[in-house]
Amino acid sequence: MTPKDEGRRRPFNKVTAVAVPINQANVDTDQIIPGRFLSLPREEMVPHLFRDVRYNDNGTPKPEFVLNKPAYKDAGIIVAERNFACGSSREMAVTVIQDNGFQSVIAPSFGDIFFSNCFQNGVLPVMLPEPRVDELLRFLLELPGAQITVDLPSQTVTGPDGKVDKFEIDSFRKDCLLKGIDEISMTLSYEADIKAFEARRSA
Amino acid sequence: MAEAAKPATLFEKIWREHVVVDRPDGYALLYIDRHLIHDGSFFAFQRLKNRNLKLRRPDLSFGTPDHYMPTDTRRKDDVKDPNSHRMVTGLAINGTASGFTVFDIGDRRNGIVHVVGPEQGITLPGVTLVCGDSHTSTHGALGCLAFGIGQSEVTHVMATQTVWQKKPKTMRVTIDGAVGNGINGKDVILAIIAKIGAAGGTGYVIEYAGSGIRALSMESRLTLCNMSIEAGGRAGMIAPDDTTFAYLAGKPYAPKGADWDKALARWKLLPTDANATFDREEALVGADIAPMVTFGTSPEDALPVTGVVPDPAANADIVKRASLTRSLEYMGLKPGTPITDIKIDRVFVGSCTNSRIEDLRAAAAVAKGRKVVVPSWIVPGSGIIKEQAEAEGLDKIFKAAGFEWRETGCSMCLGTNGEIGRPQERIASTSNRNFVGRQGKGVRTHLVSPAMAAAAAVTGRFTDVRTLKS
Repeated sequence: MTPKDEGRRRPFNKVTAVAVPINQANVDTDQIIPGRFLSLPREEMVPHLFRDVRYNDNGTPKPEFVLNKPAYKDAGIIVAERNFACGSSREMAVTVIQDNGFQSVIAPSFGDIFFSNCFQNGVLPVMLPEPRVDELLRFLLELPGAQITVDLPSQTVTGPDGKVDKFEIDSFRKDCLLKGIDEISMTLSYEADIKAFEARRSA
Repeated sequence: MAEAAKPATLFEKIWREHVVVDRPDGYALLYIDRHLIHDGSFFAFQRLKNRNLKLRRPDLSFGTPDHYMPTDTRRKDDVKDPNSHRMVTGLAINGTASGFTVFDIGDRRNGIVHVVGPEQGITLPGVTLVCGDSHTSTHGALGCLAFGIGQSEVTHVMATQTVWQKKPKTMRVTIDGAVGNGINGKDVILAIIAKIGAAGGTGYVIEYAGSGIRALSMESRLTLCNMSIEAGGRAGMIAPDDTTFAYLAGKPYAPKGADWDKALARWKLLPTDANATFDREEALVGADIAPMVTFGTSPEDALPVTGVVPDPAANADIVKRASLTRSLEYMGLKPGTPITDIKIDRVFVGSCTNSRIEDLRAAAAVAKGRKVVVPSWIVPGSGIIKEQAEAEGLDKIFKAAGFEWRETGCSMCLGTNGEIGRPQERIASTSNRNFVGRQGKGVRTHLVSPAMAAAAAVTGRFTDVRTLKS
């Protein structure tokens, strides 16, 4: 059985991009993509990122919402406060972020399921200490359009102030991202172990 | 041999039994004993097919459509939106194609996935169980390791019957002493989340223990574990005991006869050993827990019904202060308002959190002989619960009080089936999330127990259920 190309994706290496500040704690995945859009095909979901907090009732964009500001038109990184993307397991919260051009999200902490879902899709979630994230948020709010660099091989984030922070990532996750392989491809190589486990358990 | 082993927690015992591959970096490939599938998992089947893979263990996979079916009909063709229709009908089609059991719409066993698993005895002590839904933590109430996964991981489990997990840390939350009358598992978990915060359990598996937990019914335990994810904990667990065994005995998929005796002997070894240690410990006094009501847009924004809406300015944490200010603006509430002064527009009793028979009995006890003053729905957790409630005459009590008695499904908890509130509508809800827009754009959700929801329905405001005369 030869899996088709879906098991491979673009490897993640390094991204330098405009960063969007989302200065709010506990942003949940219902806000990122409301439930009523979840049955849409992936490509039709794209314009609904942050739908209800981003648009007025009549469908016009709220000028004060960060993603509606011209400075962030080509943004590729999100910087958010603690417990980002908590709540529902909907993986569309990751794919809709990705399909809007974001490759990495930086926050002091994440919802556990969102965190795993990011790796499944080649998006890199980066945890930095809260004081540093607050500092980054202040920079981004004062200098709309400022850029951040996230470098996976060296495990560093370079802020608009030039300061470099190291971040932790498990070697398992790092490997999958750098090689652009997904977990199914990896696990299929352990088929003998799974078979042995099943045999042992049914014995 | 068992005596020589290092003392272990309930979690540790289940974890080590299921490790297929242990990597030096802390990741383990875990074997999955039960995979529950709902209609929202539609895209996972597509991905499986695209990759030319097949469902590895149909015998360990069980499906029930719950997210997309409206609760005023059992005819799939009443679902007019083509995308939703595809989700509702897709599960049974995939079940037939891949050979796994589906409790389809119209089957009395159909219901909300986290109600159906325990009710059918599919969920058992000691197993590993996953589902593409964050509230999979519910099942841990039976003493198993159960957690929600994303769609890619659902596909992974379908193909390999395993999932990669980094070993989580452990937290024990002890409830000392029984909770008072009128207090549901809902109040207990909201009190816990208010204490440890919505991210307090992130990275942990939470075990609930202590005499206060032992005294809880199975239904209340399921409610409690259900909302572990709202504290950030991916899984919640309670050691199996006589309450668990009595609940499971005779369930359709539970072991029978000699198999039951063997299973029982195994299950009795699962509880955390006396000297086992946890990475973190928290404790609450059962008698201190009052009926809880949320006032904000995070489940951690919960207060006893006797409380008042807090003033954000009084919060020392600037992040929390800003988010509280935003929350209160969204909720249309002023600091200092007593919770019991908040008037509501609508009531929803249902969801994987609070739709079981005991929940309906608690709501009916309040509704009996009274009339609702706002539109109020009762959505049972499964067809079997609906039948049982009708056999007990609860439907008659609800209807006489003016409640709508509906079919099973996730319904207004998240509105994926189109059942949502109106902007600014204030809803007393027994569901699990008071997030911005969760129950519809602009909807103001207050989380409460079933008894408190019924009390709100008949008084039009939050009312301490302990003060209502029966």
